[in-house]
Amino acid sequence: MLLIHCPWCGPREEVEFRCGGQGHIARPADAMDISDAEYARYLFMRTNPKGWHYERWNHVHGCRRWFNALRHTVTHEIRATYRPGEKKPPLPDGTT
Amino acid sequence: MTAPFDLRRPEGGRIDRARAMRFVFDGAGYSGYAGDTLASALLANGVRLVARSFKYHRPRGIATAGAEEPNALVQLRGNARSEPNIRATQVELYDGLVAASQNRWPSLELDLGALNSVFAKLLPAGFYYKTFMWPPGFWHFYERLVRRMAGMGRAADASDPDRYDHRWAHCDVLVVGAGPSGLAAALAAGRAGARVILCDEQAEPGGSLLGSGATLDGAPAMQWAGAVLAELGALPDVTVLPRTTAFGYYDHNALGLVERVADHAAEPLPGQPRQRLWLVRARQVVLATGAIERPLVFRDNDRPGVMLADAARTYLGRYAVACGRRAVLFTNNDHAYDAALALHAGGVDLAAIVDLRAEPGGLRVDAARARGLRVIAGRAVTATHGRSSVTGVDIARLQEGSDLAVLDRESIACDLVLNSGGWTPSVHLFSQSGGRLRYDEATGAFLPGRAVQAVRAAGSCNGAVALKDCLKQGAAAGAAAAGDCGFAAAPPALPAAEPEPESAPMRLLWVVPSDAPVGHKGKHFVDLQNDVTAADLRLAAREGYRSVEHLKRYTTTGMGTDQGKTSNLAALAILAEATGREIPAVGTTTFRPPYTPVAMGALTGRTVGALLDPARWTPIHRWHVRAGAVFENVGQWQRARYYPQAGEDMHRALARELHAARNAVGIFDASTLGKIDVKGPDAARFLDLVYTNSWSKLGIGRCRYGFMLREDGYVFDDGVTTRLADDHFLVSTTTGNAAPVLSWLEDLLQMEWTELKVRLTSVTEEYAVVTLSGPFARRVLTELTADIDLEPKAFPFMSLSHGTVAGIAARVFRVSFTGELSYEVQVKASYGLALWNACMEAGEKYGITPYGTEAMHVLRAEKGYVIVGQETDGTVTPYDLGMGWIVNDNKPDFIGKRGLRRADLQRPDRKQLVGLRLEAGERRKLPEGAHLVADRDAVPPMPMLGHVTSSYWSVALDAPIALAMIKGGRARMGETVYAPLPDRVAAATVVEPCFWDPEGKRLHG
Repeated sequence: MLLIHCPWCGPREEVEFRCGGQGHIARPADAMDISDAEYARYLFMRTNPKGWHYERWNHVHGCRRWFNALRHTVTHEIRATYRPGEKKPPLPDGTT
Repeated sequence: MTAPFDLRRPEGGRIDRARAMRFVFDGAGYSGYAGDTLASALLANGVRLVARSFKYHRPRGIATAGAEEPNALVQLRGNARSEPNIRATQVELYDGLVAASQNRWPSLELDLGALNSVFAKLLPAGFYYKTFMWPPGFWHFYERLVRRMAGMGRAADASDPDRYDHRWAHCDVLVVGAGPSGLAAALAAGRAGARVILCDEQAEPGGSLLGSGATLDGAPAMQWAGAVLAELGALPDVTVLPRTTAFGYYDHNALGLVERVADHAAEPLPGQPRQRLWLVRARQVVLATGAIERPLVFRDNDRPGVMLADAARTYLGRYAVACGRRAVLFTNNDHAYDAALALHAGGVDLAAIVDLRAEPGGLRVDAARARGLRVIAGRAVTATHGRSSVTGVDIARLQEGSDLAVLDRESIACDLVLNSGGWTPSVHLFSQSGGRLRYDEATGAFLPGRAVQAVRAAGSCNGAVALKDCLKQGAAAGAAAAGDCGFAAAPPALPAAEPEPESAPMRLLWVVPSDAPVGHKGKHFVDLQNDVTAADLRLAAREGYRSVEHLKRYTTTGMGTDQGKTSNLAALAILAEATGREIPAVGTTTFRPPYTPVAMGALTGRTVGALLDPARWTPIHRWHVRAGAVFENVGQWQRARYYPQAGEDMHRALARELHAARNAVGIFDASTLGKIDVKGPDAARFLDLVYTNSWSKLGIGRCRYGFMLREDGYVFDDGVTTRLADDHFLVSTTTGNAAPVLSWLEDLLQMEWTELKVRLTSVTEEYAVVTLSGPFARRVLTELTADIDLEPKAFPFMSLSHGTVAGIAARVFRVSFTGELSYEVQVKASYGLALWNACMEAGEKYGITPYGTEAMHVLRAEKGYVIVGQETDGTVTPYDLGMGWIVNDNKPDFIGKRGLRRADLQRPDRKQLVGLRLEAGERRKLPEGAHLVADRDAVPPMPMLGHVTSSYWSVALDAPIALAMIKGGRARMGETVYAPLPDRVAAATVVEPCFWDPEGKRLHG
């Protein structure tokens, strides 16, 4: 039962949101030129860290906007939420 | 002559002697008082035997006075309100209460299940893993027997007539527990102006003060508690919730509370819920959850009359009930002496205090001796006697370095055995919050360590022992919590507690020896609820169970409704000893919600019955109902499946509907199809990116069918899109995918192509859609419109016209999902029913016939039109469907373009869409999902060619037809494939997946 700060609406209950998985995955602009293996990395390979994780969230039962978040997968602390296009915050000190 | 000793003491306690409450237990009538619990009232009536144990069916009595009770579980109330496994120690007595014991047959006194005790040697730890695994497959047979033997209570067989509410709340400081620590915390935070919620599981706040007889400032401590509650009650931002258990501590300081609003009555008052579930989001939490006394593990420590020392003190102090007439206290610590002294003062004959320690000393021990009580040091209770109630104990001297205690044996007659192994702080919620626990050697207990969330522990759940320390910790925690919320807070002045005598160290002896090795004579129970003994745990350790989590699951220790509140620590200490490790190295099992069981009703709240899931109705729904339609659920939509007339079964109704749609005119409610309005200067560019085909050159007023793929190249959704204006499109989606498609498009616009100027609006419910389909569709529409030119040249297939239909402003799309001449008439939703009625009237002379989704499926399958999710399963490309024409590979980019190029998606032997025709004269359909093979006589395992995706009886062809996905299917035209079925092997010929009007003359007509 996370309390998530929507960058547009403010703090709201987790039930209003849907998690959209790992964030900041760049859609390859040169997709047609890269190998199947490289493209498969974009399509299928996702990080699964025990620790800080950049991820996408959608305020699906609210403003319906997408945004990014930096969340810790063990403590569930959400260090930051930020709008698309905004620079991603650095990882908290001493972590990778 | 002295008066006979009455278990209900004439004075004291917090019961109302003026309000007698009658109640029934196991069919016998008794009487108690307002303020009693079921347990205290049973004890006052001398009822000792209240339950049979889980596995051995041993007689059991009330062992505790609170949430930790492992034995006294009862079936409460009757009929629809009946609830199993309710702790008698937490049931408030009300007039007319009815309860029954569980797990016994035919009666509590004569329980045939007790034969298990005779065969106890055959029922070791993990016995059902060992015993019931043979012969293979017999578990289902055993399970029923085991359930009956080991079943606890029974669920009610009628649905619960009561209502349960949910409530969300926010506060600055949530204080859990209204004992001395919690009251001090709430007072400190409340005075500072913080918004405070104070919850406590009991009917009356006060916690340990309710029964301890402690004083503050020289007056009964409950006077102070009363004053604090009065002050809290006057503060506008403080909410006090009695009868409310905080059962779960979740992320970001969300806690689940269950408030038992009406459980203390036979029925809730009108309009009152039975229980209310609170979800509280607190900025700060103070846990003042107290501690639970720990039983000693000694031989036959489960007989009725063996009880925790502090529980007996609570029964006397709070309910004025003596739990026995002649007691023995068995202890390893000083604090239990307080209980013994209280009972002695209350008139109970205290036969002896048996202290495990060789040289107990200190003020408490002196006080006991000064009152002439016999303190027997360095000895242990080595056995208890009695059947349905304890009648005496054996004691013997402990010998250094020996597993046996056989010296200086003595028997003492008694009907009450108090025992105390120290205190276990209730760290459940702290641990659930993610906080670390640390082991304290001196008290043999896990205490709260580093917190992860905004939480503080105070009082005895934090290891405090003296009342003075509890108050101090509580006040400090409350003030600090309020301070962290930005309030200027100082700990309030606190009343003076009696000086606490210095305590001598306790003696931790996790298994108390007797005159025989553990397990050889009698039973040393660790977990009373699950009948797990010290011998079971040691056996499990010998069998290699070193992890406490495995030990728990194998022996069932710490499971059940009490979750090992009195047993967990002893169990892991015994495991530590048996495996030669320290207790912290063994660690605890994970604490999980709920702290005490929560009724499913409370969790579900109002979302039952019709409110379980919303039902979506089209604007024409009422007409379908009146017409006697049979409905099917498509997502949340209720769609008319077919319209049986008098005497018709589904097959006949379907035949009639299909005949009309092919030979006259059918009418269909297509309102549920998803509709997304796409608008903006970049709308066409956007659609070019999300569809496989091209939209930029689509003329205004023209429609086009399109596929959306996922990035991996597989089909995600399909539908017809119409260009309404240069910068304006109407996208239609499948009924079930409308919401996912919208979310996906929003995702792309917001996260990927943020530069595109496009707005999306879901308009699914804004429009009703009536489809007219069949050779007479144009004639019907001609009767209803004057301003739309229906001539094929003016209004060709795949185009849109605006105008009025039956006097209603309408958009008419000439599209077809049936293969017949079809018009989809779209009007504002509120006119949907009027439009439908007008069409029915105008169409009467043409034999207009409503058809449902079942007929729609047959019509589209005859044409070989796919349904996403039926022909496709998330691994199907447009090429697999034989629809490569829909992919415009010349576009620089679209979602799925690169994915489609993946080597695996180019294989010629991929499953491809084909049609299947059965042998001439075959009347039986293939089952959908049937697997297809090439060799009629092959035996498993044989290579699979594919499977049937759609299968119907075609009225138009008077034969069964099917669509299938078959490996390399396009190259197999004319081949025969076989479907091995349970009763036959069906042969089918692979054909083109279009059975009706392949040239499309009818729909273009």
